[in-house]
Amino acid sequence: MSEVLVLIDHVEGAVRKPTYELLTIAKRLGEPSAVYIGPADQAADVTEKVKKYGAEKVYVVDDSQIKGYLVAPKAEALKQLAEKASPAAILIPSTSEGKEVGARLSIKLESGLITDAVDVQADDSKGPVATQSVFAGNYTLTGRVTHGTPIITVKPNAATPEESAGAGTVEEFSPEVSDAAKTAQIVASQPRKATGRPELTEAAIVVSGGRGTGGNFEPIENLADALGAAVGASRAAVDSGWMPHSFQVGQTGKTVSPQLYVANGISGAIQHRAGMQTSKTIVAVNKDEEAPIFELVDFGVVGDLHTVLPAVTEEINKRKG
Amino acid sequence: MNIVVCVKYVPDATADRQFESDNTVDRVGVDGLLSELDEYAVEQALQLKEKAGDDTEVTALCIGPEKAVDAVRKALQMGADKGVHVSDEAIAGSDYAATSLVLAKAVEKIGSPDVVMCGMASTDASGGVVPAMLAERLGLPQVTLASVVETQGDQVRIKRDGDTATEVIGGTLPLVLSVTDQSGEARYPSFKGIMAAKKKPLETWSLSDIGVDASEVGLDAAWTAVEDTTARPPRTAGEIVKDEDGSGAPALAEFLATKKFI
Repeated sequence: MSEVLVLIDHVEGAVRKPTYELLTIAKRLGEPSAVYIGPADQAADVTEKVKKYGAEKVYVVDDSQIKGYLVAPKAEALKQLAEKASPAAILIPSTSEGKEVGARLSIKLESGLITDAVDVQADDSKGPVATQSVFAGNYTLTGRVTHGTPIITVKPNAATPEESAGAGTVEEFSPEVSDAAKTAQIVASQPRKATGRPELTEAAIVVSGGRGTGGNFEPIENLADALGAAVGASRAAVDSGWMPHSFQVGQTGKTVSPQLYVANGISGAIQHRAGMQTSKTIVAVNKDEEAPIFELVDFGVVGDLHTVLPAVTEEINKRKG
Repeated sequence: MNIVVCVKYVPDATADRQFESDNTVDRVGVDGLLSELDEYAVEQALQLKEKAGDDTEVTALCIGPEKAVDAVRKALQMGADKGVHVSDEAIAGSDYAATSLVLAKAVEKIGSPDVVMCGMASTDASGGVVPAMLAERLGLPQVTLASVVETQGDQVRIKRDGDTATEVIGGTLPLVLSVTDQSGEARYPSFKGIMAAKKKPLETWSLSDIGVDASEVGLDAAWTAVEDTTARPPRTAGEIVKDEDGSGAPALAEFLATKKFI
């Protein structure tokens, strides 16, 4: 069986959940080989984690010489690994960095790139089939790579991680990184502050606020905590400076597809819909009964979020006991 | 300084966007416009010009069918100095790789740019990968996804809001720069700008003008194939209640409990 390369999504060696989803998908397509580009002293710990999800091999690339540069060195490393391993496919987390790594890799390997897959299935005759959700979630596409090694960037929640023991054989790999790949320098890096809540793109429940909050996100955050949810925001709330951009749900922010999405004081413009329309269950609270968000909802309350949300939060906390 | 700003003509997101029978995006039957996210790129290009001085030239570059020239015109109205529209039937159906090839060849023909400016993504495909592909093809530094752009001489620094960290990225001109919708509101064309745009140079190039063979682009040359497109079934109408005398909250809690979210 051919190897399937999976680029591990991590922060300084702390593996992020989409990695396990990618490994689960990789098992459908061949033999998962995890690629770790990061601090060498974390490699053993990372290996222990990814082998539980089926990594037969773990390529370890010490990033001490390349971590100060954006995207390009990772693409060169993956290119050289791909030439060595001749994988059946290369799976990359669909983060903004991951997509750019895939972009450069695609040109280097003269191989087709599919971005933002929400599902990937094996089809032995013609290579993996990827599903995408496009046009603000109004269309579903299936497609495949027809030239070169399939390179697919995969969105969070595309699969349920399945534990399955892999050999986790470590292979150190030292790519030759050109000077040309070291031209965009990471001068400073400020890690995102932990919120203590689930990661927005990974959360099963997302509670969002928009213009209707008037800048007061307390009712949103309290409801989110009662439901164990992540907090999101519309672009209007971000543009008003009420929430940081990392909370933005929509076309130019995060795309989420949780089990439950609760939109509060959000009118539901197409740009916002693009980021949440594929959520399984949608609930909205809005004062304006004409708000387009109500066209999407499974349940809607026409009312003021500042009175409805605290009452719902209290009711939920009471029911939870 | 020479700045090339790449602009895309996209189907209007508020219209009913659809696909052709060959699974390519319908770019003719649906009203189109300059991609909103590329307006931010035009804005940042113009701000760089204003800072650098009058000998700076901003060229708006667009690939697309005949109607796509509207995107170039809008950029000229906003303040770009000249326009280039690469239009050739053979380009229809091109994937990311072929699009980046045509853009790269056109940029080379425009000649030694200091900055190749792009939006963060298009509003139709939303891939966000073409700027990185352009950097790869042109062999230029990739300084992408800027929410803040600062320049000093030939040095560029940007703020990049990544997935897990906010970074400061630095590079030396020439380079490929992409900007997000956080980089600053795009200006509206003024009446004066609209009138002036009519006199600005606008060239239309074919593939042969930029030295790209028709066999390298288009649907048949694509490295990926869309096999099926399905419209998402409309969501079934949900239950909507009015919050009267505090009735909304218990009704919502009951709904959440029925769905086992509590």
